Order: sequence, then C-alpha cells, then structure tokens
Amino acid sequence: MGKLLTIAVGSAFINNVVLSQFLGICPFLGVSKKVKTAAGMGSAVVFVITLASFVTSLIYKFLLLPFNITYLQTIVFILVIAALVQFVEMYLKKKMQGLYNALGVYLPLITTNCAVLGVALKNVQNSYNILESVVNGLAVSVGFLVAIVIMAGIREKIQYNNIPEAFKGTPIVLVTAGLMAIAFFGFSGLR
Amino acid sequence: MNRSIERLYNGLIRENPTLVLMLGMCPTLAVTTSAINGVGMGLTTTVVLVMSNLLISMLRKVIPDRVRIPAFIVIIASFVTIVQLLLQAYIPSLYAALGIYIPLIVVNCIILGRAEAYASKNPVLPSVFDGIGMGLGFTVGLTLIGIVREALGAGSVFGFRFLPKDAETLTIFILAPGAFFVLAILTAAMNKIRLKKGKDRLEISCSRENCKGCINASCTGRGDIDG
Repeated sequence: MGKLLTIAVGSAFINNVVLSQFLGICPFLGVSKKVKTAAGMGSAVVFVITLASFVTSLIYKFLLLPFNITYLQTIVFILVIAALVQFVEMYLKKKMQGLYNALGVYLPLITTNCAVLGVALKNVQNSYNILESVVNGLAVSVGFLVAIVIMAGIREKIQYNNIPEAFKGTPIVLVTAGLMAIAFFGFSGLR
Repeated sequence: MNRSIERLYNGLIRENPTLVLMLGMCPTLAVTTSAINGVGMGLTTTVVLVMSNLLISMLRKVIPDRVRIPAFIVIIASFVTIVQLLLQAYIPSLYAALGIYIPLIVVNCIILGRAEAYASKNPVLPSVFDGIGMGLGFTVGLTLIGIVREALGAGSVFGFRFLPKDAETLTIFILAPGAFFVLAILTAAMNKIRLKKGKDRLEISCSRENCKGCINASCTGRGDIDG
C-alpha cells in the first residue's frame, strides 16, 4: 500500500507528466484555451492512459516476457495503443452515448499523445507489476488533468491582459507553463 | 538535382520543424539540457526520418491506401527499435542521456507527418532529401536551444566551460522551467520577425493542419478541436 501511494504521489505531482517530463506537450498547449475543453481532454486522457497501462502491462507480462521478445516492445505497444483507442471509440459510440458525446472528439487525438506510450514504457522500465502499472497510469494522467485544467484557467484570465505583441499566443503560454513548472517544484518537498 | 536542394532548403529554413512548424515539442523541451544532447537527439531523429522516408517512398505503390497509417507506424517503429539497439551498443552515453525519449521518436509528429505529406506521394530521391532537410532542420533547432540552455545554466557550450570555475550560473535553465522560458523567448523572437513581414503568429495547436498525418486524426479524417 505504501509503495502504491509513493508511486501515485510521485507520478501525479512530483514528476508531473507535462511540467517535468515534457510528455503530452502538444495537447497541453493546443487544447487549453477553455477550461471546459481542457477538462474534456484531460478526462479522455485519464481514461485512455489508465486502460492502456493495464493492457500493455498484461501484454508485456504474458506475451513479451515468456517468449523473450521484449525488444519488440516499442512496436507492439504503439500498435496496441492505436488499436485500443479505435476500439474504445467504437465501443463508446455504440454502448455509451453520454460518455462518447463528452470524450469522443478528443479520442482520435490521444494516440499521438506521447504520454500514453511514455507511461507504458516507464512501467516496463521501472519493472512495475500490473497493479502498480495501473496505479501509475492513473496517477500520471490525473497529473495531466490537473496541469491542463490549471493552464486553461490561467489562459482564460490572460486573454484580457495587455501583453507585448510578439508574446501574444504561444510564447506567453510557454512562459506560463514555465512558471507552473517552478510552482510544481514545491511538490518535491513531499518526497 | 535542383529538387533535392529545394527539399534541403525547405526543411532547414522555410518549413523548419522546430522554429516554424513547431512540431515535435516533447523532445525539443525534454532533451535540450545540453548542446550535445540536442545534436544527439536531432541526428537520431534524422536517421529514423531518412530511413522511413526511403522505405515508405519505395513501398508507396504497394501499401494500400486504407491501411497506410498502421503500415507507416510499423515501419517507423521498426527503424526506431533498430536505432535504439545500435545506440545502446555503440554510444551508451547518449543512450543513457536520451533515455525514454529514444523509443518516443515513434510518436514524433515530424516523422509520420513527412511520411504522410511527402514520402507517400513522391519518388525515392526527393523523399530521402526531404528527410535529410527536415532532420537537419530539427537538429539545428534542438542544438540552438541546447546551446542557449547549457550556456545560461551550466556556463559551458558543448562541454567546454567558458566561465571561471566558481562563477554562479542560472541553474534553472537546465531544469524543466528553463526549457519553457527559452522556447518562449525563441518563439517571441520568431513572432517579431514574422509580424514585421506581415505573416501570422506561430501557433501550437492540435488541429489536423498542424499535425498533418498524426496517427488517428488522419485515419478518421477529423480531429480538429478549437480548444
């Protein structure tokens, strides 16, 4: 239990996936203009990463390890993730209309989110078991959700500020992300 | 021959992936803690990009249109795995420094983007030069950011320290926030030039246009979010 908690806090806050690991930068900067869409994107990421870490760790343990083909992990993982996202999308569309309407538009964008593959590879690198992988996946993606929602909140306010012409748009967002990364340094005291 | 030179110019200057298209931001921010890491990551990506462009261009008439994206991904992932194993064997220091960002080259937008936008439609030779141009453009971008971060954060460039031994440096620039700050200043400078020329500001967005050929977005023909 203690180890799970350490993994969870470590992955969600201390080594925040966007602000200190730089994974998933594209949606973090691209889909954070409004809090509502940011929350939608974040929830979709939580859903996909948690599911993907479960599936990839199953495959690693029962397929790649026994047959001694771990060097194929990158190829296998990216294909599994791409297929998984497609299946999730189809399943939600058929069976869970409500959830599909909330998350559907974000799902196609998530496969390219390097955080998904990054988490799967990190799980293997740190030799987590299946439960630990799922907890790690959940924690990483919650960290992403927290970061993107805070970012969107700040951007909604920044809109009304008087910024130098050249800094409008992407540069000021990057400055904001840098300041957030400094703030997240504070969490390393939790260790 | 002219076309090949045009491709090199296009990748290095006109459509520079880091400075103009703003693609592949994850490795750009993550591995540029020193100039040498920037060069290493850039060249590694270049090798994968050239090889995948070569093979995809050769197979462009064989791969059925409907399954092209999964086919491209398998090709790219295979080259990434080969390069990863080679680095592990022959340049272990770079392998250790780049770590998880080597396998993550698979999801780098630039590579799949070039496969989809160029190599799958053009002959072999221009495709190879397109890969070299884009790859070197990426390398130049990463090296620039790496030089700035290393100079400010560690007082050295390519490992050669130019400050006195006990001089204080701005360590924050080799930590995570520094990556964001350096890229912000760089983008602002590019914006200043572009605004003067009457062009649009640079923008990172998750629309299909910016991420041409990004895995699922192009499979399903949608994926624009005005977030």
